[in-house]
Amino acid sequence: MAQVVIRDLNKKFDEVHAVKNVNLHIKDKEFMVFVGPSGCGKTTTLRMVAGLESITSGEVLINDTVVNELPPMDRDIAMVFQNYALYPHMSVYDNMAFGLKMRKFERAEIAKRVQEAADILDIGQLLKRKPRQLSGGQRQRVALGRAIVRHPQVFLFDEPLSNLDAKLRVQMRVELKKLHNRLGTTAIYVTHDQVEAMTLGDRVVVMKDGVVQQVGAPLELYNQPANRFVAGFIGSPAMNFATVSLAEHDGAVWVEGPDFRIRPPQSSAGRLRGHAGRQVVLGIRPEDLRVANGSDPADLGFDAVVEVTEQLGSEILLDVKAGPASMVASVEPTVPAKVGDRLRLALNPDRLHFFDTQTEAAI
Amino acid sequence: MATIAIAVDDRQKRPRPRTRVLEDERWLAFALLLPTAVLLGLFIAYPFVKGVLLSLSADRVGVSGGFVGLANFDKIWNDSIFRTAVWNTFWYTGVTTVFKLFLGLWLALLLNRHFKGKAYIRAAILLPFIIPTVLSTFAWKWMFDPTFSVINWALFKLGLITGRINWLGDPDLAMTSIIIVNIWRGVPFFAISLLAGLQTISPELQEAAAIDGAKPWKRFWYVTWPLLLPVTMVVVLFSVIQTFADFQLVYVMTGGGPANATHLFATYAYQIGIGTGLLSEGAAISLAMFPFLLLIVIVQLLYIRRVETR
Repeated sequence: MAQVVIRDLNKKFDEVHAVKNVNLHIKDKEFMVFVGPSGCGKTTTLRMVAGLESITSGEVLINDTVVNELPPMDRDIAMVFQNYALYPHMSVYDNMAFGLKMRKFERAEIAKRVQEAADILDIGQLLKRKPRQLSGGQRQRVALGRAIVRHPQVFLFDEPLSNLDAKLRVQMRVELKKLHNRLGTTAIYVTHDQVEAMTLGDRVVVMKDGVVQQVGAPLELYNQPANRFVAGFIGSPAMNFATVSLAEHDGAVWVEGPDFRIRPPQSSAGRLRGHAGRQVVLGIRPEDLRVANGSDPADLGFDAVVEVTEQLGSEILLDVKAGPASMVASVEPTVPAKVGDRLRLALNPDRLHFFDTQTEAAI
Repeated sequence: MATIAIAVDDRQKRPRPRTRVLEDERWLAFALLLPTAVLLGLFIAYPFVKGVLLSLSADRVGVSGGFVGLANFDKIWNDSIFRTAVWNTFWYTGVTTVFKLFLGLWLALLLNRHFKGKAYIRAAILLPFIIPTVLSTFAWKWMFDPTFSVINWALFKLGLITGRINWLGDPDLAMTSIIIVNIWRGVPFFAISLLAGLQTISPELQEAAAIDGAKPWKRFWYVTWPLLLPVTMVVVLFSVIQTFADFQLVYVMTGGGPANATHLFATYAYQIGIGTGLLSEGAAISLAMFPFLLLIVIVQLLYIRRVETR
């Protein structure tokens, strides 16, 4: 049972303000993912929770205890590092047993716990080997094993899958999820990969330039991004953006692009009315665009020229040009589009996003 | 035009004889090895063989004495000064190596931390190592001078002594003095080499160990030290070989005195071989070092191999 609370957390490295006023409440048994581009402060925040980085101001609480001044060993946490950080001169067994030996556990208890962890992670046959005799995936398992033998209150993961190849990463991701379901230990997981964040997290924290942009469940971030950054960062391929003007004609709000003119549905018109006469940023995900057919209303589509087609098997990504704007549309694999074709694309009217040009906040 | 074009073509197809020889791997390898082989032969193998031959003869400076077998070795074995020199060499090497290792490791660990002005301190620490030995040893000789010793002056002013200490005039103190100078000179080599070794150890390992519950001393003992061991062994090996065959420091400080009490293999060999002109006996003294050094090198190399394949 452990919850982690972060209050007004700040970190400054000389002139660089790396983490700015972060406030988070990570619930017991929750799998919380910090995601963002490199240099966004996610790893620094994690390291402050671990006790590996001093806190400039603010508080970190683990189970209602302020741990700011506690050394890492007294915080009852376990961490999995990006480069595994296995002790190269120790066997797999000794690597996993080290933390227990340092905490003066009985020999029999150590053996029992290591065996238990080895069974869970399926590395029982590797216990006598040295880390350099293991593959990347096996090392990753040993690093996980070293973390779980201690039965800590909180797991901290610092980009643990980024050194694995794509296939192994997907496999380990599933196993991490299973492991968390099985152990139920509170976890904080740092990654720059939004797919990992979406698939693993109970909730996801999106960070940029040391500031938390949005905290929420994966689908919440996907469907209701708080600002343009989150909208562009979450989802693959990324959301399309185009600068458009909002105009009011005959009581209806119209979105006017350089080469198209659409009428958003009544549901979003209300929010947009206050911005009439101004420029805003329109966001539409590639999967919310499709090739128009006869039944589509004329005012929810636009003409585009295909520039590149990317066949993915289950879908085709069309890189198109609509006036001056470049967009990506994800369409059915049966669409016979070729480079240079002109076609009409239809928008899903319920899936339009609008952002303020200045503040970039969602409208 | 056509003729010229063909001529050019021809030359490209068939390289000149010299180029062809070098394209043969065996010849190329030979050509590349030759300079090294010549240098090694001229400056290592020849003097070594010459030394062995000399030690088996009765040659003196300007006088060719003929083959005498192991007579020179028999003679030095019964020479009490030689026995003192052997003991001195082992004592000198042993004591200095232990101190150099501990002080060097301590400095390396300090320098491996982040603090302001680290680059300057690192450069300053190298000073004893880069100043020519003879020059710095002369400075030390003055510091140990019976009349002008700054050390005596300082100890006197601090009220720790009442009379003068005759640093280089007393056999035991003289040995201690040269040991101090050797440590002073040798610590930078240990510190910088071990620092280089420390920097190859990922800081993540320290962090992992800290989270695993290891206190600083245990982190050093269980993580840093085992990983630093291969580097340490190489550094110790180098230092032992150099210290064992040391010459200039003792030669400048005491010249082997007082009363031949501080001779090492090299200084005694020099005194007998060059000082008194008994070339063959000097060669025998030098060569007596060889089996000891060989043994030390073999043991350490075996150990290094074991550590590295662990």
